[in-house]
Amino acid sequence: MNISRKKHLTKNKTTFQYIKSDMQLYIMLLPFLLFYIIFVYKPMWGLQAAFRDYNMFKGMAESPWVGLDNFNAVFKSPYFGRILRNTLLISTYSLLFSFPMPIILALLLNEVRSTKYKSFIQTCTYLPHFISTVVVAGMVTSFLAPSTGIVNIILSKLGFEKIYFLSKPEYFRTIFITQGIWQGAGYSSIVYIAALSGIDMALYEAAKIDGCGRWKQTLHITLPGLLPTIVMIFIINVGNILNVGYEKIILLYQPATYETADVISTYVYRMGIENADYGISTAIGLFNSVVGFIFVFTANTLSNKINGMGLW
Amino acid sequence: MNRTKGERIFGAFNGIFLFFIAAVTLYPFIYIIAVSLSSSKYVNMGDIWLLPRGFNLSAYHQIIRKEGIWTAFFNSFYYMIFGTAVSLALTILGAYPLSRVRLKGRRIINVLVVFTMWFSAGMVPAYLNFKNMGLLNSRLGIIFGFAVSTYNFILLRTYFMSVPDALEEAARIDGASDFRIMAQIFVPLSIPSLATIGLFYAVERWNSYFWPMILLTNEDKIPLQVVLKKMVVDMTSRLDNMEFGRDMVSFSEDSFIYSTMVLAMIPMLILYPFIQRYFVKGIMLGSVKG
Repeated sequence: MNISRKKHLTKNKTTFQYIKSDMQLYIMLLPFLLFYIIFVYKPMWGLQAAFRDYNMFKGMAESPWVGLDNFNAVFKSPYFGRILRNTLLISTYSLLFSFPMPIILALLLNEVRSTKYKSFIQTCTYLPHFISTVVVAGMVTSFLAPSTGIVNIILSKLGFEKIYFLSKPEYFRTIFITQGIWQGAGYSSIVYIAALSGIDMALYEAAKIDGCGRWKQTLHITLPGLLPTIVMIFIINVGNILNVGYEKIILLYQPATYETADVISTYVYRMGIENADYGISTAIGLFNSVVGFIFVFTANTLSNKINGMGLW
Repeated sequence: MNRTKGERIFGAFNGIFLFFIAAVTLYPFIYIIAVSLSSSKYVNMGDIWLLPRGFNLSAYHQIIRKEGIWTAFFNSFYYMIFGTAVSLALTILGAYPLSRVRLKGRRIINVLVVFTMWFSAGMVPAYLNFKNMGLLNSRLGIIFGFAVSTYNFILLRTYFMSVPDALEEAARIDGASDFRIMAQIFVPLSIPSLATIGLFYAVERWNSYFWPMILLTNEDKIPLQVVLKKMVVDMTSRLDNMEFGRDMVSFSEDSFIYSTMVLAMIPMLILYPFIQRYFVKGIMLGSVKG
């Protein structure tokens, strides 16, 4: 009787008692929460600059509300169409050209029989991921330099004219996508390689008994096995369609190539940080974040429906 | 070896093709190292392909005497070491409590944290936040302002959740506090995951240039990547101002840049074998779920 009563009591601990017994955990959590509050959520409060005529000296509360004026100015700006188009085009080309590369690489690596050779290739192809944006941009800039860059040396040896690639808008996207593949394809293949190793070997054995060759096994076992991963990564990419890597674009573009290279985030950088036009730049940033969030959310919901799995 | 002829031919081609891919991936590294070690005579002729010609270290001699380069190097190490330490500490302190299913409020905190992966205030409000707090030009701003990566937090939380509950219960019966259980059971058990996450943080810290460039204006606080960024941008503007064929003269400047790039890569190239051991495991630690 006594025991069961005690049990009954502990079951009905109040919320306060729970919190009290886990006090140490909450204290531990404090620095972590402070980080998110101060450096992640507090800036969100600053998003109201998008709806104010923000003045640094007056401070946020004293700057007058202007409603949607900043957004009107953004949408009417002649640059808005350009940066939106460039952002979407660069993302779309990435989806078309960069996205399949790690999948192909993983499939090819899967066919290698010698584990040593396989891990050698993996070691080589993962390496560029760990090199800084600045070094990669430096490599691109100097390799494409008009007369001493290695690309132009080769072109002139082959009898073509030398081209100053980085000053020509028509080459920018190709350059950007290519260096992205060079730097990222190997590393991105990891997740597919892991998915491949998770496919049940018994399936292959069964296929062999039924007389399927390697090609048929790839088509009917490997690819279907990879599909959930492919769909998930595709969704992440679609969700991030508005987030083009501005850190590298800032290093590679120049006024002559803005026409094809200037994306939303680089425009925000120039307006906000360089020109200190906080109202307008916050408004574009907010537009970007909200639309981006809607993209991720929709993509995830779709994936849950189609694939039975999503990001959350 | 019951492979058909077609499969063997495919295997051979596949091997060769992958070797070609590996070579293309590595070539830029080999090339810049070769140029950085070559004499300016061959560099100016554009006649270096694989190995350095007229081997000499003059570019490196030049660079180690360049004003501010040692400060920049020191700063990069400073941000990497202290930054990684702070990042790891905060990530552990967040991941452990939030991995305990019994913790009240755990769900809502997890949702709020994971939400930041998909929605953020963006560049300008973040910058103004630093500015308003007086963290422009501050080492602390760099170290604390970018301390936690939500992705790494999720990896570690998932790992902590996979540790059997029995260990915690046994320690609790012995009278250990939550803090002790974390420090003496969970942390030692998760050394491989912590190594992975620590290496991710270290690489990120060493390679970052954008926020240090925006937030740090004082010459003696800027890290190596920001110095290198200036050199790269200078190179671009020099190319812009020059007519075709006339940038030959200044090419010794470029082997200067190449040697700085090599120096900026060296710590990562040294870390790489360690990273490689861990990161495949690390990425697989947990599926990224909220």
